[in-house]
Amino acid sequence: MKDVPIAATSCGPARLDLLQSATGLFLALFMWLHMFFVSSILLSKDAFWTVARFFEGYFIFGRPIPLLVSAFVGFIFFIIVAHAALAMRKFPATWRQYRTFWSHMRAMHHADTTLWMVQLVTGFAMFFLASVHLYLMATHPELIGPYASADRVWSGRMWPLYLLLLFAVELHGGVGLYRLAVKWGWWSSNDPLRSRLRMKRAKWGLTLFFLALGLMSLAAYIKIGIAHAPSAGELYLPDWLQAQP
Amino acid sequence: MSRTLTFSIFRHNPGDPGSRPGLDVFTLEEAPGMTLFIALNLLRDEQDPSLAFDFVCRAGVCGSCGMIINGRPGLACRTLTEALPPRITLLPLPTFELIADLSVNTGKWMRALSERLQTWVHLDEETDPDRLEEPMEPERAEAIYELDRCIECGCCVAACGTARMREDFVGAVGLNKIARFRADPRDKRSEAQYFELIGDDEGVFGCMSLLGCQDVCPKSLSLQTQIAFLRRKMVQIGAGFA
Repeated sequence: MKDVPIAATSCGPARLDLLQSATGLFLALFMWLHMFFVSSILLSKDAFWTVARFFEGYFIFGRPIPLLVSAFVGFIFFIIVAHAALAMRKFPATWRQYRTFWSHMRAMHHADTTLWMVQLVTGFAMFFLASVHLYLMATHPELIGPYASADRVWSGRMWPLYLLLLFAVELHGGVGLYRLAVKWGWWSSNDPLRSRLRMKRAKWGLTLFFLALGLMSLAAYIKIGIAHAPSAGELYLPDWLQAQP
Repeated sequence: MSRTLTFSIFRHNPGDPGSRPGLDVFTLEEAPGMTLFIALNLLRDEQDPSLAFDFVCRAGVCGSCGMIINGRPGLACRTLTEALPPRITLLPLPTFELIADLSVNTGKWMRALSERLQTWVHLDEETDPDRLEEPMEPERAEAIYELDRCIECGCCVAACGTARMREDFVGAVGLNKIARFRADPRDKRSEAQYFELIGDDEGVFGCMSLLGCQDVCPKSLSLQTQIAFLRRKMVQIGAGFA
């Protein structure tokens, strides 16, 4: 049968779908790494200070270059905007579509359908929550440290935002990774239903793990922030740096 | 001990100007092995002869008796009342044109889908009815048969959040049909031609992987696997990897 060339315009949905998945995968994996970096406060103040200075190139250039962090935050912000723009293609566009999906979801009692609404709501919330956090990180990259971050969380009254952001990110990212796996057929087997059940269990396990890690980290920052409130604004220096002449 | 079942059944006849949509309530004594199909027939025979619903085979083969059963699509003939609570709400399948009460015109929708996706074998040459058909490997024939088990009941479409929001979406039934013809060596269409049919947001890239289709399909078709496979193939074409 005679082949037909594909019009360039008809390739758009394929490319957009792939880009949406790729940006989502990158962001979800990055957020897990980010959580490990942030939770280094649970090890010690020195551990978090070391992680923060590492990203400023302190151990490569011998001095911190906060602009490196700003540049990376700018890159992450670009990926988030791209992912949000791509994901919005799937949002209900009219009140009628919202109402139809909502009544369908409530009637079906179907977990994967309900989880999509969770993704939509958390994704929408992150438009605002993540933007605030990223703007602060981009404009004050030097204020990432055991005391500076804790002061921001407690004295800067950012903990409610971080609490909401934590749940939004972990729920959205966990569901998103699960959906990516079923969407592209990853880790599928001869028994796709069983594979899906396993993936869903793994998804909830990881979500609970990162939520617990995030809550413990946030609690640690709040505790440090309360103790450090009288000296808010003062930056942390490890003992081994204070001892240097 | 038998239960008394309470049915709330959607009633409306769009062809009757005096008809207003609403729910009628019926009660019925449950019997052992009773299916919704049996229950509906009893209600029609004994309580309301005007109750409209579809059935042909009574065995989950024809796909005529699809309806929303307590919120989820399913076949009346394959649903035992003992698997349901005593209060049962029955609604017609959404998306499809309502004929009356629980009867919908899935045929019209499926016909339009078939014409849109060209779901027939596309040959290179004229068919010679006197010539023996080309042999096919049993494994290939089995794979095609597996995809051909779809009975076009419409449950996957009614269970799909995307199809409910976007009327142009071809649904799992459409994607499964493309997978069926793509697997058929007699169909000479190229990947590019399949891409032109389903390589857009009304086709495979519109699917949001909610998997309602997979979870309600009365024939337990591997819709999740087929849609993921088609997505990988179509993205290779559309994103220029093939």
